[in-house]
Amino acid sequence: MEKKIIYLRDTDSAEQERINDFFTLFSNELRDANLSEPVQLVKIADIGLYEKGIVVKILPENIIYTGIKNTDVKRIVEESIKDNKIIKDLLYEKKSKQLRAVLKNCGYIDPESIEDYIDAGGYKALVKVLTGMKPENVIDELKKSGLRGRGGAGYPTWMKWNFARGMNSPEKYVICNGDEGDPGAYMDRSVLEGDPHSVLEGMIIAGYAIGSLKGYFYIRAEYPLAVERVQKAIDQAVAAGLLGNNILGSIFNFELEIRLGAGAFVCGEETALIASIEGKRGTPHPRPPYPSVKGLWEKPTIINNVETLANIPQLIAGGGAKFASIGTEKSKGTKVFALTGKVKNSGLVEVPMGITLREIIFDIGGGILNNRAIKAVQTGGPSGGVIPKEYLDTPVDYENLGKLGSIMGSGGMIAIDDTDCLVDLAKFYLKFCVDESCGKCAPCRLGGYQLLCILEKISEGKGELEDLNKLKKISYAMQKASLCGLGQSASNPVFSTIRYFEEEYRQHIVNKKCPAGKCKALVYFKILPQKCKKCGLCMKNCPSNAILGSREAGYVIDPQKCIKCGACFDVCKFKAVLKE
Amino acid sequence: MYKMIEAKINGITVEVKEGTTVLEAAKKVQIKIPTLCKHPDLPPSAACGLCIVKVKGSNKMLRSCCTPLEDKMEITTNDPDIVEVRKTVLELILSNHPNDCLKCGRNNNCELQSMASDFGIREDVFEKFLRDLPKDGTTGTIVLEPTKCILCGRCIEVCQKNQDVWALSFLERGRDTRISPAGDIKLSESPCVKCGQCSAHCPTGAIFEKDDTHLVWDALKNQDKYCVIQIAPAVRVAIGEAFGVVGKNLTKKLYALFRRLGFKAVFDTNFGADVTIMEESTEFVERFTNKKDELPLITSCCPAWVDFMEKFHSDMINHFSTCKSPHEIIGTLSKTYYAEKNKIDPAKIYMVSIMPCTAKKYEITRSNEMFASGFQDIDVTITTRELARMIKQAGIDFMNLPDEEADSLLGDYTGAGVIFGATGGVMEAALRTAYNLITGKELEDVNFVKTRGLEFIKEAEIDIKGTKIRIAVAHGLAHVEEVLNRVRQAKKEGRETPYHFIEVMACPGGCIGGGGQPYNVTDTLRLKRTAAIYQDDKDKEFRCSHKNPYVKKLYKDFLGKPLSEKSHKLCHTDYKARPIYIR
Repeated sequence: MEKKIIYLRDTDSAEQERINDFFTLFSNELRDANLSEPVQLVKIADIGLYEKGIVVKILPENIIYTGIKNTDVKRIVEESIKDNKIIKDLLYEKKSKQLRAVLKNCGYIDPESIEDYIDAGGYKALVKVLTGMKPENVIDELKKSGLRGRGGAGYPTWMKWNFARGMNSPEKYVICNGDEGDPGAYMDRSVLEGDPHSVLEGMIIAGYAIGSLKGYFYIRAEYPLAVERVQKAIDQAVAAGLLGNNILGSIFNFELEIRLGAGAFVCGEETALIASIEGKRGTPHPRPPYPSVKGLWEKPTIINNVETLANIPQLIAGGGAKFASIGTEKSKGTKVFALTGKVKNSGLVEVPMGITLREIIFDIGGGILNNRAIKAVQTGGPSGGVIPKEYLDTPVDYENLGKLGSIMGSGGMIAIDDTDCLVDLAKFYLKFCVDESCGKCAPCRLGGYQLLCILEKISEGKGELEDLNKLKKISYAMQKASLCGLGQSASNPVFSTIRYFEEEYRQHIVNKKCPAGKCKALVYFKILPQKCKKCGLCMKNCPSNAILGSREAGYVIDPQKCIKCGACFDVCKFKAVLKE
Repeated sequence: MYKMIEAKINGITVEVKEGTTVLEAAKKVQIKIPTLCKHPDLPPSAACGLCIVKVKGSNKMLRSCCTPLEDKMEITTNDPDIVEVRKTVLELILSNHPNDCLKCGRNNNCELQSMASDFGIREDVFEKFLRDLPKDGTTGTIVLEPTKCILCGRCIEVCQKNQDVWALSFLERGRDTRISPAGDIKLSESPCVKCGQCSAHCPTGAIFEKDDTHLVWDALKNQDKYCVIQIAPAVRVAIGEAFGVVGKNLTKKLYALFRRLGFKAVFDTNFGADVTIMEESTEFVERFTNKKDELPLITSCCPAWVDFMEKFHSDMINHFSTCKSPHEIIGTLSKTYYAEKNKIDPAKIYMVSIMPCTAKKYEITRSNEMFASGFQDIDVTITTRELARMIKQAGIDFMNLPDEEADSLLGDYTGAGVIFGATGGVMEAALRTAYNLITGKELEDVNFVKTRGLEFIKEAEIDIKGTKIRIAVAHGLAHVEEVLNRVRQAKKEGRETPYHFIEVMACPGGCIGGGGQPYNVTDTLRLKRTAAIYQDDKDKEFRCSHKNPYVKKLYKDFLGKPLSEKSHKLCHTDYKARPIYIR
């Protein structure tokens, strides 16, 4: 039996006192229980749940208890640790609005074991394909399923495959795009690390469908565990006769190789990715010709995202019609989102297409942290946009997000509350795109930089109204004149924040105020003498010696020295520090 | 047979071959779509973002340089929306470009400047963001000024793909992207062969020939100097472009010009070409008939090709003609033969050469043999573009000058001399004389048309009274390797060589398309320049080098005979391997 590990986390407050006391209590109980096997008790910094009181997680069973009181500890030790029973009334109930199809194995099987994958129904689809389906049947099933690319643009997968299949070439390639790079996104990583065989199976089926003999996994080097597990999976598949010559006794041959990405975001763009595999500078190239016509080594190539490929086995196993029964008219199946920002429960969620943003944020995410007011949702990562709270009831699919000025993207989703500044948010994403621009084409290389300069100017309180026009003008030119998706969408965060929150920009520009109190240059701290109890705590905590005065005379902030860190505001127990 | 497609551009029906880009198709119906990165010599790089157009049914704007026109497409190349986007992109490009126009070598001849003028740019709309990057003038031939670079990628494409040199590349990314030799080394340490094609294709002043005109002015001012000058064959048919005239041979106006500028004697590189042919044809016959050395013989009058060979194909050194380039021969002879005959102190002679080429600036100090006269044989080389500026500075109404003749001894040339300026010309000229050397007879028809034209590799079998001579002509360095590999392969397999004689010119089209020639070169322009060269050949009384009376006189009075000891000392050179990259 595996050693038990118990994780503890106080999800209500970051103060150490309560959890330390709880830890002591728990370890005493464990000691008194005289367990036959040793257990490990760990206080961890994040458990993926928020505002659920003290949370106890027991591994390897993965039992999660929430809202634990001191009086519950004895029960947990006696029943769950000693007798391996689940205590129903303490159990954390996962909201059932999720539908796990791509992630169904993640966390449940040993990703390094091909047997585990096969036990869970893995490689059944491949057997089905190789023993009874023609390549065109596979593509037909894909067509029926309505599966669209999960990497961002949502191009129908069957069409890509069909183009490549129709090309008369002895050499064709299948590439798995595992260059996930959106800040905060880790959907692909989780699949590659948690269920690598499902992606492998998808690629082998793709190879069969288009008539390819070789596939490449393009994985960013910053994902060493994913690389390691995929390599293990490839080795296991080779050993099991699922890769190599005459797969499963058929005449189909297919091999797989990993290529590492060196960390350039733009190499997730398919033409740049191909250049990178070929050993060239990773810059995008004009399309057409599309990769399905002339791709890697100038041969027909399909490039699919990790999540798209991970969808293939279940799609083939269950049939296209079953897949298409989930979702909206034009967006079928499920989508994995990396839900972050100001939600109570952040993490990966997999939901059926067509679920509303409100359901994701509130029913699955548990609502906004500290029960503050939601302001907007950002989707699609740096290429996406913000969707204001008025549209929370919009069903999530490719079309609807596009209409609202955002995109599905690879699946980033960030909840924004009233303490978030949208100018600041736009600046954050733009900075990312400016750093990651390959530099090849002028609108992206220079437009992005100029946008960033203007946003910085605005957040420093130096903005002019004319800047708003400049932002719109540059954003439009970038959308229309950039070569690749990165440049065309890099201005989306600016475009969409202006579209819905122009007033917030005007506040920065005209009134020199940041309503969310986020833009440092526009925030001022002041000590209110009528409330100040002259305790001196603010002066003690000020890191820049900006607070002058004494216990007798009281305290004032020297604006010249103040670095606007907010330490005085946070420590004052009498609300005598004013932030405006 | 190509499939034809029919589409509409701005409502005008256009029929083109399938695969034609929107940009090219638009030209057919008199529509010029602006671009700063697309060059007719090069595939689209899609870097500038100016050539965007709208396609009916799509709300995107597409780049016309790389979008093939499709059947039934309806394209709009111009509306206020498109113009606005183009203008914004141009303003963005200008935000990254210094406002140095008045002090820039490309002033009045710059694609970016013209575009800014066309779009009525009157102010810096966006915050100026300039990069402080050092100039690189280490080759002494071309100067890299990355601060002025708009990253169109033409120089890199031409250097890597058309010339196969791979000296230039992009370094870094995003707004830090810049052009530089790979590895951030100096250009002189890179594989650069100084062909200057990068400078001829640059739309701005980011790559520019090293300007040596001040050296010429200084020499002309100096009373102690006896200034003499020579012009290369390709210069005379291109210099007119700087004055609005295309494809015209202006040899005699150039002679008049040089005298007005103050040169004491005016020579012609074409005479040197005739001497080169005497030497090289004799060399060829020695190898071909007398089996003295290995075949094929490979021409060596192009300095960029010589540099390229020494760097990348030094296994071919044995095959190289040791004969100097015509330009160097005139240099040596001016300070020996001419000085002797006219009793001038050679130390005082200041030899200026006007070349279509930036590599010639390198050639003049390439090796000790370039000092064969006891002095630096050529004191300074300037390009066609630099000469055009000198004419304008001098205030001479060049196009209306009277015709004059060159100075004798080193000035009179044959048709064989002038065709050196075009690809295949050296081969043709050599064959004309080789025929005479092999058979002792004269050709009835001197035209070897198979060597002419812009096809990158031309092969032919020439019948000389029953003897077959197999030749190959390659131009554009990217096409050399293929020819050389055939030779290597045959050698390896112990087969007979596929060629007896190979001509190579580094620049596409030969010297008429040289890196120092006027800007905006296209194949159409190359053909016009070439036509003027062949017209000059046709108009000449003598069309074979060995019939040039002054060449005969040179050998009789001074050199003795081709490959004599004296001509070896003065007119030949040698080569050494300078391996740089293994590939």
